[in-house]
Amino acid sequence: MGMGHPVMGAPSEPAGLKSQIANRKSEIGNPFSWGLAMLGFRIRRTIRSGLKSLWVHKLRSALTVLGIIFGVCSVIAMLAIGEGASQEAQEQIRQLGSENIIINSVKPPEERSAAVQQTFTLAYGLTYLDAERIKTTVPNVQVIVPSREIRRSLCFFDRRVDGSIIGTVPWYPEVANRTLGRGRFLTTVDLRRQATVCVLNEPVATALFPFTDPIGQTVRAGTDCFQVVGILRARAAGAAKGDGARQQSAGYDVYIPMTTARARYGDLTVKRSSGSFEATRIQLNSIIIKVPSLDEVVPTSRAVERVLAYGHEKRDYEVIVPLKLLESARATKRIYNIVLGSIAAISLLVGGIGIMNIMLATVTERTREIGIRRALGARRRDIVTQFLSETTLLSASGGVLGVALGIIIPYAVTRLAGMTTIVTISSSVLAFSISVAIGLVFGIYPAYRAAMMDPIEALRHE
Amino acid sequence: MAIAEVCDLVKTYRMGEVEVHALRGVSLAFEQGDYAAIMGPSGSGKSTFLNLIGCLDTPTAGSYYLGGQDVARLSDAELSAVRCRRLGFIFQSYNLIQQLSVVENIEVPLYYQGWSERRSFERAVELAELVGLGDRLFHRPAELSGGQQQRVAIARSMVNDPLIILADEPTGNLDSATGTEILALLDQLNGEGKTIVMVSHDLNVAQRAGRIVRFVDGQVVDDRRWDMQ
Repeated sequence: MGMGHPVMGAPSEPAGLKSQIANRKSEIGNPFSWGLAMLGFRIRRTIRSGLKSLWVHKLRSALTVLGIIFGVCSVIAMLAIGEGASQEAQEQIRQLGSENIIINSVKPPEERSAAVQQTFTLAYGLTYLDAERIKTTVPNVQVIVPSREIRRSLCFFDRRVDGSIIGTVPWYPEVANRTLGRGRFLTTVDLRRQATVCVLNEPVATALFPFTDPIGQTVRAGTDCFQVVGILRARAAGAAKGDGARQQSAGYDVYIPMTTARARYGDLTVKRSSGSFEATRIQLNSIIIKVPSLDEVVPTSRAVERVLAYGHEKRDYEVIVPLKLLESARATKRIYNIVLGSIAAISLLVGGIGIMNIMLATVTERTREIGIRRALGARRRDIVTQFLSETTLLSASGGVLGVALGIIIPYAVTRLAGMTTIVTISSSVLAFSISVAIGLVFGIYPAYRAAMMDPIEALRHE
Repeated sequence: MAIAEVCDLVKTYRMGEVEVHALRGVSLAFEQGDYAAIMGPSGSGKSTFLNLIGCLDTPTAGSYYLGGQDVARLSDAELSAVRCRRLGFIFQSYNLIQQLSVVENIEVPLYYQGWSERRSFERAVELAELVGLGDRLFHRPAELSGGQQQRVAIARSMVNDPLIILADEPTGNLDSATGTEILALLDQLNGEGKTIVMVSHDLNVAQRAGRIVRFVDGQVVDDRRWDMQ
């Protein structure tokens, strides 16, 4: 389009357009930069005249743009929320340790609703023997962390919270991806001596010791007292999923040596309620196994399953492989993105149809103008350019505003609802380019209609 | 040599089953500096003729030479280029673009020729001043009187320095006083050597021209010129 019209002599210049071009070329220099300057000039003018036409119908243009704005911002916001949620899930799973295999004791299914056994002692779950067997028979097991959980209320003077005492081993933090906030964790010496020391999970520390330094203080758990030696940093919210049945206790956990737990509390838990009591015998609530590399996670988990199946008559345990969870979380994310993406794409499509509708109305309304422009020398191509540039301006400005809004909304969601959201640059770029493309695609038909009008008919149009 | 010359121009429209013979062999020539008025009853083909010499339409048969160039068989884009560079239009209902200012309306033909903004602005201002609208440069058509709007249209028709200015009932929508002013302006342009072809059915208007061509049933029945003085 930079070349203007086919060569036709201008009346005042006998040599016509050719000489005109030649003159201009010599003004600017080389023909390439002349062409570029011409193109730039054309584009600027087209945009300016497009803006002017849109400005005539401010409300109409604004409403049309609104459709695109919502489409674009919903694309970005939805992808941001989806991305944030899946990142969060993946992070939670990663915190469990992707090189870990977690085995939890679960109540066997057939005895779950058995009212008959009111007075029986229910024995199920993982045993010390299981831990020993896994350690000795399964290859590739690097570290094994057994743990026992007992629910007790935890007190410091008159402050008390309902929490759990967890008997575990000194290498628990390392395997479970936990970090020590202050003090020290349990040691092998504590383990050997059945020491009455404990490490508090951060929520317990803040609940029981809001004003005093917990280190060196004594926490009472039921009838037993433990001296606080360290504090474990809290995990990100919800990260304890799959790590025992502990998440309902809001992280009110106290860690004591495995041996101490066994000696003080034994394996029997008695729960009394009106009319019945329930006794359960559980040796271990969970075992975490760490393998040296990611490749060995799945084979090792199969081996562990087999070893456990050998020792258990009932299925009273579950094996959780975070790596598998991670993979399925990724697959879920993909589906999630597709669903969200298509919802957003539909809204963009609706916006595009809105644009087309308005442009068709505009073309009809501006038939006279089209006739005038054609009479004054506009080619069909010029009319197409004019209308396409208007729709593209509409959709592109909708795109810009939509991207802005699409960045603000996830931010607001994060601030207000506390959800993690991640706005990726690629989603913004994608949404913006789709909006521009929609302007072009849905602008073509109205522009074509405008350009194909007969100038004589168009001039006669009232 | 004639600036515009048509020979045996035929235009036939097809309205469903019926063929309408709008022009049945018109031969005319316009010289540089001609001021011709085309008259005739409605349906006589004068509008069709104006559309044809305005390059808004192509003839069914016959030849049309404009400035020595055969324009009877050009493509749509080429016709656009001819209109853009060689023709000026003045319409009965002014036909200004409402959202553009006076200067911008005058600039439209230059826009499609690809003139630079500065040059076309200067040219448009020059013409606006020529038609006496130097103080209304940035007004919208809606803010102008009919006479002023027609002045803008005249300025626009001259901005590309056309071979012929085509005027379709230029005073049809104006009161007689304003109409006279507009005709005076056309006289002035003709005096400067512009070729004007005007369609009118008002004899008083037509008599301002030095030549009257009468159309009846798609044919020229009378073509007479006289000295105005």
